[in-house]
Amino acid sequence: MSEDKVTIKISKDVYEKAKQYIEKYGGFNSVEELVEFVLNEALSEEQGEAQRVYSKEEEEKVKERLRALGYI
Amino acid sequence: MSEKEKTRSRYTTVSIPVTLYNRIKELIKGTGFTSVSQYVTYVLREIIAAHEEARYTEPFSEEDKKRIIEKLKKLGYL
Amino acid sequence: MVAMVSKPHGGRLVRRRATGKRLEALREEAKELPKIELPYDIAVDVENIANGVFSPLEGFLVQEDYLHVLYDMRLSNDVPWTIPIVLDVDPDEIVGVKEGDDVALTYNGKPIAVMRVEEIYGWDKKEYAKMVYKTTDTRHPGVAKTLEKKELLIGGPIDLIDHIESRFEKYLLWPEETRVLFREKGWKTIVGFQTRNAPHRGHEYVQKAALTFTDGLFINPLVGWKKKGDFKDEVILAAYEALIKHYYPKDVVVLAVLRTAMRYAGPREAIHHAILRKNFGCTHFIVGRDHAGVGNFYGPYEAWDIFDEFPDLGITPLFIREAFYCKKCGGMVNAKICPHGEEHRLKISGTKIREMLKKGEKPPEYMMRPEVAEAILRFDNPFVE
Ligand SMILES: [Zn+2]
Repeated sequence: MSEDKVTIKISKDVYEKAKQYIEKYGGFNSVEELVEFVLNEALSEEQGEAQRVYSKEEEEKVKERLRALGYI
Repeated sequence: MSEKEKTRSRYTTVSIPVTLYNRIKELIKGTGFTSVSQYVTYVLREIIAAHEEARYTEPFSEEDKKRIIEKLKKLGYL
Repeated sequence: MVAMVSKPHGGRLVRRRATGKRLEALREEAKELPKIELPYDIAVDVENIANGVFSPLEGFLVQEDYLHVLYDMRLSNDVPWTIPIVLDVDPDEIVGVKEGDDVALTYNGKPIAVMRVEEIYGWDKKEYAKMVYKTTDTRHPGVAKTLEKKELLIGGPIDLIDHIESRFEKYLLWPEETRVLFREKGWKTIVGFQTRNAPHRGHEYVQKAALTFTDGLFINPLVGWKKKGDFKDEVILAAYEALIKHYYPKDVVVLAVLRTAMRYAGPREAIHHAILRKNFGCTHFIVGRDHAGVGNFYGPYEAWDIFDEFPDLGITPLFIREAFYCKKCGGMVNAKICPHGEEHRLKISGTKIREMLKKGEKPPEYMMRPEVAEAILRFDNPFVE
């Protein structure tokens, strides 16, 4: 069940700020939960951007065409 | 202890799953962030600030406001 | 552009002006208190603190905040803050003063504020210079000034009990006033412009580029101590009045002064300048190339790059490139939008403009508006001697 964890260092001030934020607005049980949430958000955002509607080969084809047309 | 160490020792730790850690490490490659710690600090500050920004009301009383508007009129700003 | 709520830095506009009964009591108390005489630069900053220009600061930094600002560019509660606002004293000025005592801060012998001494601590001036100015070279004006400071710092909140008269009362607005003003004008987005110069065409271009997509422009010259050869403060104001009258639409500009010293701390001061304008109610801030720089101490874009470190600053920096006149384009442009070579470009040089004005000559129109030049030349000597 429990996955292996890594500890990372963050400044106490930021930690305190995050704690206050959770107390004020709720939604999370700990700073760790908040951290996990924002990191997962960042990942899914990134994936959304990079998520290929097309495959690597298809992208290569598009680039080739752009090159042929002189855009890149 | 030097002045610098005094503030530098003010750190705490949080634990996150290894897989998440590794994926974030991958994500920040070539972005200017030099560690997962640095990135976490950045996104925490960003999200908290963005949320707080929306909740603010001016601290003036109506009386304050009237007095200020009078002054601004007198000086020609209004 | 999305309308934003312009929130003071740290969430709350500080007000530490004593009023009513409390003012009377503090004025009485001040007569009996140990006194610390302030130089002009620090005295005006006391008034800035009291009126929220430096929100969330309520006084001079205590050691914990001081060290945080020095090394992390943040207060100990993580709020961004890059220039330590500190009060230096000699040990013999505070003989008998203990932490927890009140002292009177005086200017020209007159008490202007009462300060609760929370902490008295030593500091390393060289380390300050290294962190804030990125150099200990005494040719840097900020470094030289820092090394001349006194041996101890005292931190604690202040309460203002008197106003320091200004030659420019009419132009002296505080954050609560500009905030009401902007709202009365119906502005939602306001761009702040920091200056210590009379405006040439390059400044006008940058301001108008920003104003193209904001509701209002807040021109906020720093007045006070200047280097020899700089424009006098009254000249800067007269020059701006002329520019606004002849070249800006009605009701898009507010011109008001800020009394605080230039530190020439480059990138750190760029953040500081942005924070102060955020407190005045600005949503955006124009950051110049080599903003607040001096000599070759900072790289040309260091003052832009540093903003990357502050996702939580709460004011949006606008990085607008320097403008020049391009004969081919037929107007004022910048390097990002003009493809033509150097041979077509006429650079606008502040030094050149000053030289011409010194001789009583009007600079060419591509450099400075004739009405602005005339306003400047109306002064017998427009420059600081
Ligand atoms: Zn051109």
